[in-house]
Amino acid sequence: MFIFDFEENKEKVDQFIQFMDKNRQMKGVLLPVLQEAQNKFGYLPKEILQLISSHLGIPTSTIYGVATFYSQFSFVPRGKYSISVCMGTACYVNGAADILDEFSKVLSINLGETTADRKFSIIETRCVGLCSDAPVVTINNQVYTHFKKSDVKHILSLLP
Amino acid sequence: MNIKELTQIREQQWWELIKRLNEEPFKYHIGDGEISLKGEEFKLQQRIALRNIGIINPNKIEEYIATGGYFALARALENEPKEVIKTIKDANLRGRGGAGFPAGRKWEAAAYHETDEKYVVCNADEGDPGAYMDRSILEGDPHTVLEGMALCGYAIGASKGYIYVRAEYPKAVASLITAIEQAKAHNLLGNHILGSDFHFDIELRLGAGAFVCGESTALMESIEGKRGMPRNKEFRTTERGLWGKPTVINNVETLANIPPILTKGAQWFKEIGTEKSSGTKVFALVGKVQKPGLVEVPMGMSIYDIVYLIGGGIPKGKKAKAVQTGGPSGGCIPSHLFDTKVDFESLEAVGSIMGSGGMVVMDENDCMVDIAKFFLEFSVDESCGKCTPCRIGNKRLLEILQRLTLGEGEISDLTKLENLSRVICQTSLCGLGQSSPNPVLSTLNYFYDEYKEHAQDKHCRSGVCKALLRYEINDRCVGCTRCVQHCPVDCISGSIRERHYIDATECIHCGECFKNCPVNAIDVF
Repeated sequence: MFIFDFEENKEKVDQFIQFMDKNRQMKGVLLPVLQEAQNKFGYLPKEILQLISSHLGIPTSTIYGVATFYSQFSFVPRGKYSISVCMGTACYVNGAADILDEFSKVLSINLGETTADRKFSIIETRCVGLCSDAPVVTINNQVYTHFKKSDVKHILSLLP
Repeated sequence: MNIKELTQIREQQWWELIKRLNEEPFKYHIGDGEISLKGEEFKLQQRIALRNIGIINPNKIEEYIATGGYFALARALENEPKEVIKTIKDANLRGRGGAGFPAGRKWEAAAYHETDEKYVVCNADEGDPGAYMDRSILEGDPHTVLEGMALCGYAIGASKGYIYVRAEYPKAVASLITAIEQAKAHNLLGNHILGSDFHFDIELRLGAGAFVCGESTALMESIEGKRGMPRNKEFRTTERGLWGKPTVINNVETLANIPPILTKGAQWFKEIGTEKSSGTKVFALVGKVQKPGLVEVPMGMSIYDIVYLIGGGIPKGKKAKAVQTGGPSGGCIPSHLFDTKVDFESLEAVGSIMGSGGMVVMDENDCMVDIAKFFLEFSVDESCGKCTPCRIGNKRLLEILQRLTLGEGEISDLTKLENLSRVICQTSLCGLGQSSPNPVLSTLNYFYDEYKEHAQDKHCRSGVCKALLRYEINDRCVGCTRCVQHCPVDCISGSIRERHYIDATECIHCGECFKNCPVNAIDVF
């Protein structure tokens, strides 16, 4: 279990509360609020979900129901480098599955897992819309096109 | 701002734009008031929705105005809203998101209901894997979408619009934010647009990674801050949509067609394409094709012309096997049907759908059972779980396909696949479930032999289903022992300079020996 440290994240939490206050009147505010939390904290800590609940007056069960529905939200911290392999059709027919296997093999973790040192995590992503440059791998916000299985080790060695 | 000032900007900026484009004369054709891209691949295309892509700077509203942008809105505001609806209806513009429902009829239905509030929603949750035309329009020409939405708002009497865009498209989001700000600053959005009594605002909402949210009622649930599950279809969304109010929901490409139709007239649009499918369609031509990319062609062009004349054919001298259209809701069209025309009716007739316009070309190295499994995995993952046929039926379909690709299938599985598919199609609640078995049904129909081989002979002719492959060493073997060194399970025996043997019972079909053999002495069956 990951324990969320309010003291350490005080500044971010304050900003987050401000965000909620500012948008309180917005219709259907829950999704934008969850997205803000995911961006700010990198995942959705249980403590933050409780904070949203008391702040917006929405039951935690409802919030949890919404948050689990969408794949963008994570309940565990992702690695420093979040490797996502595009599994769109064009990437798939150009060998994305092999690339995913190779990352998994080299890092010794499965899809959706984070390495013990919290450095790398592997996720698969839905089509990122770069189909003419398939296959595509995204590491944090860096996009790699025409990716090859043989690039895996090289790319990983470049990440400090 | 009024139409006179808009004209001033247009005249001034047109020359600025021409000056900029003339710096790269090899890239653009500049004719009388029209600019197009040069190049072999553009010759057979007719770009309407993509007319400004790659030409104007999407972050400068002035360049959009220079090409005639926002004039459709300005002129519409001088006339009655019903004139707009009439033009769109006469043009027979059908929804480009997949189902092809006539946009004009949708607008008319929403205009008919009188309430305090109505909404225009732009569906930019482009989730079909292999399709990216909406991303390209949002990034390269965001103002055309805003103008299309404002026109729709005026036509139906709405003052608020939402764009629901995928979070996977950060660049599109950024370009929309800039565009909305600029349009507001120029009085082209907001209150009293161009000095009229028409008010219209657009708000951006981001998706959170759920394919089903491309379904119109699920998308509305998501905007309302709930789980994105489709509603029971008691009411049309044009009667009770977002927050229970009349709502028109159109896809990005549909909206991008609105301004040109209003500028050039319904007749002009109707003359393009086929009788029942007017206009053009953008396809994302990807997969095993020489020149992948977005192509916009008049409806009714044949698949062959798109793949070979525009796309340059299949790379590495391979043969095409099929084209997949419509993503996880569509089907595979085999190469002997490549003279099929691409329009709504013809694609449906061959068991596929237009969908949002993904066109993935597959060659002889793609296994059709594996492709069906790929799409089913997608649908199982993305099913929202609300209705049973989709939630459980697709899972069972996937299990059968998994058995087949692992060599554990039986011939009776093929009948089960077909029956179950039909039940899911007929009984699911929303479009996702109703169409999720399409990839299975179409491949079963056209590639039954491949299925039979998987089930009966435990053989995959494309060599994709690794569990079905059998490796044997032939007499070309020189006994170099390289395969022995690479085999991860030590199932190859033989001494140096003598022919080696693979123990089939131990082999895990990884293919390492095959890849590493220097003399091609390993056969794959």
